[in-house]
Amino acid sequence: MIPAIEIRQLHKRFGSVHALCGVDLNVEQGEFFALLGPNGAGKSTLINILAGLARADSGQIKVLGHDVRADYRQARRSIGVVPQELVYDAFFTVREMLRFQSGYFGIRGNDAWIDELLENLGLSDKAKTPVRTLSGGMKRRVLVAQALVHKPPVIVLDEPTAGVDVELRQNLWEFIRRLNRQGHTIVLTTHYLEEAEALCNRVAMMKQGKIIALDTTANLLNSLGSIQVRLKLNPARLPESLNYLLITQDDRVFKLSLNHLAELETVLRTLREAGATVEELDVTKPDLEDVFLKLVQA
Amino acid sequence: MTGLFTLFYKEILRFWKVSLQTILSPLVTTLLYLLIFSHVLEAHVHVYPGIAYTAFLVPGLVMMAMLQNAFANSSSSLIQSKMNGSIVFVLLPPLAYWEFFTAYVAASVVRGVVVGLGVGLAGLWFSAIPLAHPLWMMAFALLGCATLGAAGIVSSLWAEGYDQMAAVQNFIIVPLTFLSGVFYSIHSLPPFWQAVSRFNPFFYLIDGFRYGFFGVSDVSPGLGLSIVAACFLALSLATLLLLKSGYKLRK
Repeated sequence: MIPAIEIRQLHKRFGSVHALCGVDLNVEQGEFFALLGPNGAGKSTLINILAGLARADSGQIKVLGHDVRADYRQARRSIGVVPQELVYDAFFTVREMLRFQSGYFGIRGNDAWIDELLENLGLSDKAKTPVRTLSGGMKRRVLVAQALVHKPPVIVLDEPTAGVDVELRQNLWEFIRRLNRQGHTIVLTTHYLEEAEALCNRVAMMKQGKIIALDTTANLLNSLGSIQVRLKLNPARLPESLNYLLITQDDRVFKLSLNHLAELETVLRTLREAGATVEELDVTKPDLEDVFLKLVQA
Repeated sequence: MTGLFTLFYKEILRFWKVSLQTILSPLVTTLLYLLIFSHVLEAHVHVYPGIAYTAFLVPGLVMMAMLQNAFANSSSSLIQSKMNGSIVFVLLPPLAYWEFFTAYVAASVVRGVVVGLGVGLAGLWFSAIPLAHPLWMMAFALLGCATLGAAGIVSSLWAEGYDQMAAVQNFIIVPLTFLSGVFYSIHSLPPFWQAVSRFNPFFYLIDGFRYGFFGVSDVSPGLGLSIVAACFLALSLATLLLLKSGYKLRK
């Protein structure tokens, strides 16, 4: 099957900054894919090139087999992008914006789908409202509707829930999950790593223009061991024999990674023998944030 | 072509929604020029034999209003969407660069013609104006508006802020329109300034447009139209190349 997104040796420079350093990536059709990374990692540059808002210096990037430069019309029809910035046209109502966006994609008489989008995004009663008068969260919903107006098989959401209240976030994800179940490929960038963990089958982590991890969400989570133990010790010293388990230390709080719960007894015994008192103890499963921090700080 | 027509319609609706600012305001300003200049100069200035100064003035003011508003339409729309980021709504869809160009230029022509019609009709209240060659008049009007629509696109692509955009408007477009023979015939100027005026493309637009009404002009309308058409083609080509390259639109 043709990949939803195919990226080969993509390079982009802004002056002396090498924003993308030979990125290779395939996103398969039907995937719910997360693109994570700290600010400046190159995520938005990658998405901008994918959407045709920026141009690569070299390399190839295709959407459903259509090159974004050579076959830009088909590539752009195949993709819907929710931009990161909260942008709107001050002159028009919500329905006018959605009709224009349909027209730009060559679609006339799209009101049935526009009505469905408005309903699913909780915008039905705002159809005749000028976009400029809406709250930030509502404007974000309009951006999502605009990106979906041509029913794109590939949907890219660049930080879609930034500054959005919890209710909308849940409604939005419910809607996007449904689209994914219907066969749409979803690519998501977000700072809320728990969202990526809950939603995405596969994750790519970027740092300084390179992909530093690319795997299923489950494999990435397993890479840190099956459980994590947070210990507050007095005195703040971890016996040397336990150093290989250490993930992070913050003052007297140590985060250790264990493969099995049974290892906990060994850890506690070693601490007792070393004269350390355990003041607090939490056992947690590692989350994507831990993987992210480990990789980004490496 | 649905994309092109949608963008064209959106641009029309954009200026129509703020018609107080985009149509009525330039109309009132131009009529104030007409009121003041015709009142002060009517008895003192005669440019063409047998044509009252007010009648001479009306076509020039109509053309001036058309050119300035055609420029303002494409330039203000594009610079606003560039500055607030809503330009992405037309960059993300599969619109070709030539569709983008055609839609913005056509909308500029419509705005120019609407304002020009308003000024012209109001001008009739001041003076009866003949219409000797309507086709020449229309050819100059449409080419003029289209040229300035294209100029508006180029300027707003280049400008990185409202300040730079205002500089183009105030230091290039307004002087060129004012110094193009709207208020006088270039034959009333000293030879040096007559020669300088011939390098101003706006002069040929005003002169040719006026020929459409009176059948009298400073230069032959055929030469004028050729120069204006050459300017339009050169500017359009430059605009299309800039749009195709993604100049300051696609990073």
